[in-house]
Amino acid sequence: MANLKTTEKKTKAQSMGLHTEVLTGKTQQKFFNPDEAENFYYWGTYDVDFNKRIDLDVNDLDCKEANKKIDELMSQGYGTIVIKNPQGKHSLGVGILNKLNLIFEGSLGYFGVGSIDGPTVRINGRVGWSCAENMMAGKVVIEKNAGSCFGAAVRGGDLICKGSVGARTGIDQKGGTIIVGGDAGAFTGFMMQRGRIIILGNVGINLGDSMYDGTIYVGGKIGSFGSDAIESPMTKSDIDWIKRKLKVAEIGENFDVSKMTKVVAGKKLWNYDALEPTEKKGAI
Amino acid sequence: MCGIAGLIHRGKSSDVGNELQAMLQALKHRGPDSTGYALYADNDGQNFIMRFKVGENVGEGSSSINEDESVYDKRKELVDDMLKNLGAKVLKEEKLTPYSYRYEMKYDDDLMDFSKKIESIESVEILSIGKSLELIKDLGDAQAVLDRYDLGKVTGTHAIGHARMATESGVDIKSAHPFWGYPFSDVSVVHNGQLTNYWNNRRVLENKGMRFMSECDSELIAVYLAEKMRNGATLEEGMKDSLSGLDGVFTYFVATKDSLGMAKDTMAAKPLVLYESDDLVAMGSEEIAIRSILPHEIDTYDPFDGEVKVWQI
Repeated sequence: MANLKTTEKKTKAQSMGLHTEVLTGKTQQKFFNPDEAENFYYWGTYDVDFNKRIDLDVNDLDCKEANKKIDELMSQGYGTIVIKNPQGKHSLGVGILNKLNLIFEGSLGYFGVGSIDGPTVRINGRVGWSCAENMMAGKVVIEKNAGSCFGAAVRGGDLICKGSVGARTGIDQKGGTIIVGGDAGAFTGFMMQRGRIIILGNVGINLGDSMYDGTIYVGGKIGSFGSDAIESPMTKSDIDWIKRKLKVAEIGENFDVSKMTKVVAGKKLWNYDALEPTEKKGAI
Repeated sequence: MCGIAGLIHRGKSSDVGNELQAMLQALKHRGPDSTGYALYADNDGQNFIMRFKVGENVGEGSSSINEDESVYDKRKELVDDMLKNLGAKVLKEEKLTPYSYRYEMKYDDDLMDFSKKIESIESVEILSIGKSLELIKDLGDAQAVLDRYDLGKVTGTHAIGHARMATESGVDIKSAHPFWGYPFSDVSVVHNGQLTNYWNNRRVLENKGMRFMSECDSELIAVYLAEKMRNGATLEEGMKDSLSGLDGVFTYFVATKDSLGMAKDTMAAKPLVLYESDDLVAMGSEEIAIRSILPHEIDTYDPFDGEVKVWQI
């Protein structure tokens, strides 16, 4: 931590008469120094061993206790954690910021595995509203259905539901890929900003309403297009990319990808930069 | 935010009082102000059950005005006199709390006229009339209301219930759910959401002779469906019509003597999780409600926007 003490020399602001106070103490500003180990530490993460496996029964735990227990197990180096009896509890497996194999033997309630950055999650059940909301990276696979606001505001990673999902899937999506094996409800891709959504089944009304950017691919019927959403021709690279993604997601093996409908934003917002953050880095 | 739950056993009777209590207790965090049950009980089906209140529960965070309990007895006497004048024969009378009663009675005439006359007595409200419907609502959580009204022993085929967080109106019994589908026997409604064209609809319906007891927007659904049914629509037709007739966000359940239905608005803004099998349908605002009675692994799903479903017993 840099330690800034006020020097005898007047700052420009002082010489202009803007203030006369003598500033003392530490600055909040941190300067990056590759020699300091703490600069390479991602707070709240653990080095785990995938071969170290443990079962955790959360039947008698509330969500806070269960999440604390998961954190404890990760701190002990467990890299594969199997959660038994989640019983539709809310907010299980949230805020995990390191690599981890997390398996739920049952269904989750609201905000399951929200705000994660890195783990690979398999849920052998259903999930409630806002599953994987704000996910930064990782992979989440749901074997059954999902509720509304599936993948709200995800920024990266793959979010896969093998069943059907509710309304507002991918609302405010900012990156990553959402894949749905069944149908999706109304307002899918609502206010979507970046990323991609693949729906193999039908979608409800107002698809892609008020979307800024990003792409939605639909395999079945579309209830109606939302404001700002328009159809765009499928390209070879679209087809190749979807095939690759479906293979990784292990769904839609014989699905005819070429007949899917591609939906994109129909208007460009003023001063809106369509580049993905990663693409931006490349450009620099 | 409120919590709603419902279940229907097809082809058999079950311990619906305790089952609904477990479901509503699991949803307590969605609505701590009041809890209501509409239980379709195994009554003999010969006589009407009338549940009514002669005052409000003024404890437990109630927004009602405190009254001397002696006025409750006077109002009850007025109800008894009115029943005699109307030709209703009371077979069994139970005082459940200082302010609420359950009467078993014989009555063969028009229920609308009957209800209007009973409710013309100050602060008297009929909570329900039906041959199998037992509608109970009071302040407190599901366990408290179950204990207070001894609902644990009630068996029946289906039930709907509500855990209320008061947002649009006061913390009192008159604004609590379920609402009776006045003046139809055995019709009840619970709702999660907000209706934005309440006053427009209320004015129209009141001009058609329908009655509103509270200023709770959810009551509109019960009255709206009752009016449709009075004009010959089936329950399902009325519910489908409500998707465009009611404005706002809602998921609601409606139950009749032999059926249970659900409707979800076209925005799908309010949650609902549904489990459906050959012999049982269970649904609630959250999966934990269903898990409270079905702890084994089951397949559930969210109904889509604008969906209406009706199941028979």
